[in-house]
Amino acid sequence: MKPHRQKKLSMILFITAGLSVSVGLILYAMSQNINLFYTPTQVAQGEVRAGQRIRIGGMVKEGSLVSANDSLQVRFETTDYVHAVPIEYEGILPDLFREGQGIVAEGSVDASGVFHASRVLAKHDENYMSQEVKAALDAAGVDTVNHPSSLILPES
Amino acid sequence: MIPELGQFSLILAFCLSVLLASLPIIGAARNNVLWMSLARPLTAKVFVFLGLSIGILAYAFATDDFSVQIVAAQSNSLLPFQYKLTALWGGHEGSFLLWTFMLSGWMLAVSIYSKSMPIEFVARVLGVLGVLCVAYILFMLATSNPFMRIVPLPPVDGSDLNTALQDFGFIVHPPTLYMGYVGFSVVFAFAIAALLSGRLDAAWARWCRPWANLSWAVLTIGIALGSWWAYYELGWGGWWAWDPVENPPLITWLFGTALIHSLAVTEKRGVFKSWTVLLAILAFSGSLLGTFITRSGLLTSVHAFASDPTRGVFILGILGLAVGGSLLLFAFRAPRMKSEFGFGLVSREIFLLTNNVLLVVAAASVFLGTLFPMVYQALTDDLLSIGPPYFNMIFVPLMMILVLFLGVGPMSRWKRTSTAYLIQQVAKAAVASLVIGVVLPLIVLFEFSLAATVCVALAAWIVLTIGKDISNKIANKESVGKGLRSLSLSYYGMQCAHTGIAIMLVGVGLTSYFSTERSVLLNPGESVELGSYSFQFEGSEAFRGPNYIGDRATILVNRGDYLLPSLYPETRIYLASGTPSTEMAIDAGFLRDLFITLGEEKEGGAWTMTVYVKPFVRWVWLGSIFMALGGTVAAADKRYRRLRQRKSGKDKEQVGSMQPSAI
Repeated sequence: MKPHRQKKLSMILFITAGLSVSVGLILYAMSQNINLFYTPTQVAQGEVRAGQRIRIGGMVKEGSLVSANDSLQVRFETTDYVHAVPIEYEGILPDLFREGQGIVAEGSVDASGVFHASRVLAKHDENYMSQEVKAALDAAGVDTVNHPSSLILPES
Repeated sequence: MIPELGQFSLILAFCLSVLLASLPIIGAARNNVLWMSLARPLTAKVFVFLGLSIGILAYAFATDDFSVQIVAAQSNSLLPFQYKLTALWGGHEGSFLLWTFMLSGWMLAVSIYSKSMPIEFVARVLGVLGVLCVAYILFMLATSNPFMRIVPLPPVDGSDLNTALQDFGFIVHPPTLYMGYVGFSVVFAFAIAALLSGRLDAAWARWCRPWANLSWAVLTIGIALGSWWAYYELGWGGWWAWDPVENPPLITWLFGTALIHSLAVTEKRGVFKSWTVLLAILAFSGSLLGTFITRSGLLTSVHAFASDPTRGVFILGILGLAVGGSLLLFAFRAPRMKSEFGFGLVSREIFLLTNNVLLVVAAASVFLGTLFPMVYQALTDDLLSIGPPYFNMIFVPLMMILVLFLGVGPMSRWKRTSTAYLIQQVAKAAVASLVIGVVLPLIVLFEFSLAATVCVALAAWIVLTIGKDISNKIANKESVGKGLRSLSLSYYGMQCAHTGIAIMLVGVGLTSYFSTERSVLLNPGESVELGSYSFQFEGSEAFRGPNYIGDRATILVNRGDYLLPSLYPETRIYLASGTPSTEMAIDAGFLRDLFITLGEEKEGGAWTMTVYVKPFVRWVWLGSIFMALGGTVAAADKRYRRLRQRKSGKDKEQVGSMQPSAI
């Protein structure tokens, strides 16, 4: 093999090795940081191990929001109209958080089945439903297109 | 009638771009000068008709013509005038028209500032851009016509612009980001033209560089504006969230950064040719990916537009054709681009290659983390998300290594540098930056913190090596002033952008590690302490704005006995849509921001609120400004304009020179 070919080859091998190491590291980092998404029904049926970090999405059940008057503690239930999961959160809820609207919460379930949220996300806009919420309602067999609740799928 | 004129003008622009996309390229292939020379006038006409079209749409927004569907959907008669105009890009159709118009603007710029390039090259570049124009306008006409009317009964009033968008950031962020994004189409077109003609040499790289630098600079500003806007508008005190819509610009930016460095090698040394072309294709693909993600309905966020499956399929088609087609062309043509590997293992070429590998790996990791949840969902129907820790885990170490190399790279020489020489050059700077990294945070914080030490040391490393490099370069000159004047603009541009990295690094590091926040419930008269600051809640009052009603709280801020400006955070309810929104109050400072968001009112006039102290957060954007300035200054270097005189032997001498000059 000619010397410059050899140089080229060693360079290519070096780059390939570097790339494979980094892809390995990337995949490892990814596997450590995946939050799986669950629906209220899945959580209520105990499919989630206590303490595991997950995302849960559903509608805020009408009349379920209780907020303390002397602290930032709030408690509400999220539902896919089949099962409801109680969620506790300490902090300020997003602007668009309202009963009867879709939310996504990040956190974990404790042994008694209460979901402790570290973050609560509401949709950004009146017209859109988050994919997670839609998936939860679809899974529960709720007709998201014609559902009487205020949440409407994107139109036009 | 007027909106129909807009649509008519859009159709005309389409017909003209079809001509632009075909005649000049065919002309270049057949050596037909007449057809090639059509490229410039056709470009100007496409620009004029797209401009007319967007102008008419703006007129419909300005005059509240609610019979136009997107005006009715995105505007409202109560909306302040500046938001009426900018509501144009508040939705999918209008923003895509803006995107296409931006493209035609870049095309016009290319056609004007390409006098020194051969006509067949200009014809190919403008032709390739014309192909993009055809695809974009066809997409608009077929699936998302911005001039669609509501017939027969137009609404009396519009349903309002998304309240999160009624802000100064919305006026500046989307156009800047689009302009940066679309700028990479130009570099892409240069790359494709080079593949088509088979001409890929130092001169090509020199034509390409100012455009790459400029697009990169504008994209930097666009991303920084988005980050700044998210920081003060979205109200959780963050400046970057690794959100799937933030990531594609970053991916494009990382590829773009790799590209501007790789172009330097291609221009100066004539190597890395096919790699440079590949990076140009990748950067452009990143920008298309961004469009695809926000417009296909894959995501739900402030950035996502109302989705329609046909649009997603259409954009995926454009993406597939553009990326697949160009990669196929690349695969056929790239083997012809011979590069000689005439450089040693320690040389500026190798340092720049390292820079490229690190940046590309970083881009790939962001790409994987962004796309994986979407692909996973498409394949299994299960949803998952990948959290910020993943991105931080990969990105932060990569950037640290990059910064280490950044100090050495500019000092190294082309072809071969002796390791001993490099060590001798940077040893003092290395020791000094370590000392600064340990001592400076100790003086300021009175405690040792590894994070602060690493950030400050790395930033000091950048600054000191820049200083050393400049002093080396002017050492043999008669005076300092003469020495400084002898350095080229592109050299200053590079050092300015690198200084920007140092500044940003301090900002990112310190604000990530030392920001504090507290959520509290305060009755009027009560106060909360955070760090050395005390925030006293005075009470709130109701008020009325142009298109909203709201509550405004008054908060007195003290540091020790020292009274700082009071803060007035608000909550608003927009009248047209009934949407609530919070407006945070920020006391911005060079060394720290104080930041308050209101939550909700409780019994007895008490409010929930979150207070934040964010040290050095402004430095994140200050650093971006330096980077963008650096890119612009480098693009303005004389040698990019002085091309015609240099066609002779002087050119070769420059390319073959071993002097370490500006990259």
